[in-house]
Amino acid sequence: MHRVDLTALFLHSLALWFVAIGGPSTVLPEFHRYLVEANQLMTSTDFAELYTLAQAAPGPNFMYVTLMGWHLAGWAGALTMTIPVLIPATTLSLLVSHLNQRYPNGAIGRLFNRALIPITMGLMCASSTILMRAVNHNWRAYLLTLITLAVVMRTSWNPLWLLAAGAMAGVLGLV
Amino acid sequence: MEQSPAPATRISALQLFLTFSRITLCGFGGVGFWARRVLVERLGWLTEKEYVELFSLGQLIPGPPVFNLTVLVGHRFGGWTGAAAAVSGFLLWPCLMVVGMGVLYQRYGALPQVRSALGGMLIVAAALIFSTFLKMAKVLPLSWRPWLLAILAFVGVGVLRWPLFWVLGVLAPLALLAAWKEQL
Repeated sequence: MHRVDLTALFLHSLALWFVAIGGPSTVLPEFHRYLVEANQLMTSTDFAELYTLAQAAPGPNFMYVTLMGWHLAGWAGALTMTIPVLIPATTLSLLVSHLNQRYPNGAIGRLFNRALIPITMGLMCASSTILMRAVNHNWRAYLLTLITLAVVMRTSWNPLWLLAAGAMAGVLGLV
Repeated sequence: MEQSPAPATRISALQLFLTFSRITLCGFGGVGFWARRVLVERLGWLTEKEYVELFSLGQLIPGPPVFNLTVLVGHRFGGWTGAAAAVSGFLLWPCLMVVGMGVLYQRYGALPQVRSALGGMLIVAAALIFSTFLKMAKVLPLSWRPWLLAILAFVGVGVLRWPLFWVLGVLAPLALLAAWKEQL
């Protein structure tokens, strides 16, 4: 594993969150490329496990970057990866909040939204396959994937129950 | 152009801090659900329509949608200090908890039981992201253009592992141009 260059990590994260359309799972592939492939700061398994752990904690989904930062370099790392999330989001939200009070119809906003949805979808697909590739898959794992999808698409259960069920399946040696 | 009605109430910074602490601490497995429940149903700060508007605005702004919603709501009811208070409440507790998880992971992450539990959870976590993709796919118009964009984004980022900036730099202008032309 290589040493962490916190300045470079900060700047890369900052640039990334400025273009993070469609929520935190769309930048996951890029974080994986940067942390695992380009700079070899952690293994693919570490990456996937830290992401998963963060999903099991309360709070917003993007906190996986805080956990990864902490894993890499303690509190300094956690701040290095969390502050870049907040800068673009806060400035742009306040700007939009201000503009929105002036131009409430938001036709341009809707245009952007509609245009970028397909790209968001492609990136979500990429995130999901990257995580799946990080574990050794056998047919039982794929079966769990299918069951999870069926449950999520048909019910509105809290995803936390599904994560707990996944953990249980893991402990019992089913997957 | 119609002026959006100014919010009648102003809410104190402390109250914003406490409310967003509550939302975020309830938010196991995603905060969006709780934000709606607390802001619309329990407290009645926002109507259903206002919530949907602010939430879709939050999705549009780069960065995590629920975080953007926090800033928007805080700013709306309490100005700059309100936004700061809402954000502090929203982030402080999850930050501490996630670091707690990090401590546990570094201490016990190598145990075989923990490894197998994490393996099972990981499969579910990956499937959860994929289910978001499926839900979006169900409502995507059945024409070749959006699907081509989705496939190109997937192949560029997920298969060829190109940097996101290159892929977005090419695809986002194309997507905007296509959507704009469709609208004309």
